[in-house]
Amino acid sequence: MKITVNGEAKQYEQAVVTVADLLVLEQVASPEMVSVQQNGDFVATEQFETTLIHDGDEIDFLFFMGGGSIPDFSNI
Amino acid sequence: MDLTEQQIERYSRHILLQQVGYEGQLKIAQGKVLIIGAGGLGAPAALYLAAAGVGTIGIIDADVVDITNLQRQVIHHTPDIGVPKVTSAANKIAEINPDVRVIQYHSWFNPDNALQIISDYDFIIDGTDNFPTKFLINDACVMVGKAFSHGGILRFEGQTFTHIPGTACYRCIFPKVPPKNLVPTCSQAGVLGSIAGMLGTIQATEALKYILGIGDLLTNKLLVFNALNMQFRTVPVKKNDNCPVCGTNPSITELVMEEQAVCELKTK
Repeated sequence: MKITVNGEAKQYEQAVVTVADLLVLEQVASPEMVSVQQNGDFVATEQFETTLIHDGDEIDFLFFMGGGSIPDFSNI
Repeated sequence: MDLTEQQIERYSRHILLQQVGYEGQLKIAQGKVLIIGAGGLGAPAALYLAAAGVGTIGIIDADVVDITNLQRQVIHHTPDIGVPKVTSAANKIAEINPDVRVIQYHSWFNPDNALQIISDYDFIIDGTDNFPTKFLINDACVMVGKAFSHGGILRFEGQTFTHIPGTACYRCIFPKVPPKNLVPTCSQAGVLGSIAGMLGTIQATEALKYILGIGDLLTNKLLVFNALNMQFRTVPVKKNDNCPVCGTNPSITELVMEEQAVCELKTK
């Protein structure tokens, strides 16, 4: 199966069936914290297990990233 | 309002630009930008916005300068250790450009002061490191229809997008605050200091473009980069109908500081 993941064309020997499978194959840490877009549409976290991936899909993983006022945590 | 001869000279490299010109420089001079967090992102943003002649720059930060800040928070210098960040930043801005009026808020941005503070500004720069505040900035800006720039950095990577009313917001991409410790912060995982400069100057550029009304903002797209291979990528993102704050049936209708913390190493 050929999929584009984060802009990179990828071919998988394994059967990638769901978004959850792809997160495992791509060894994404804390998958419940990742925002996933399938062909430009967000997939809700609770639908990772049931959302099917198709040949030619464009998948984007978007990750949380903090910022600048660091490292003092007192501002939290 | 007119520019003095000295101002025309100072801003001559702006005025030479067809998309800026004299009129554009006047817009910049009348512009009001709020920088939330005078840290890694806020520091370079403040320096460039001050040099650009932004008329009013608000800076909110309750922190004082610490030696670990100096590796990337370039508006703060070694003698500033122990000085409130807002004071340190205001002093540098005054040295760079006396045309700029700086408004200092020596406090944290919180649900009680958020709406009142942002209402005085045209554009807001999120330079914070903690997720509860990032979500608060998003929610406050969405609720009152303000434009803002989101920024995040970690290790060698950065991400940013710009929100203006009607476009995708932070919660369209990330619906809720991540739980404690699941997402590492810079103080846990580290960050290359110059990454903060790369990202903060992108945010300052978005603020200037917004004030000038030129070019295409980073709306409905998330810019992500990895400085290790120096690859930049723009990921289109759509406004999410299920977004809890700007979707068709929002569940968030008032400001709250959602979930306590990413990590608490010390308390104040």
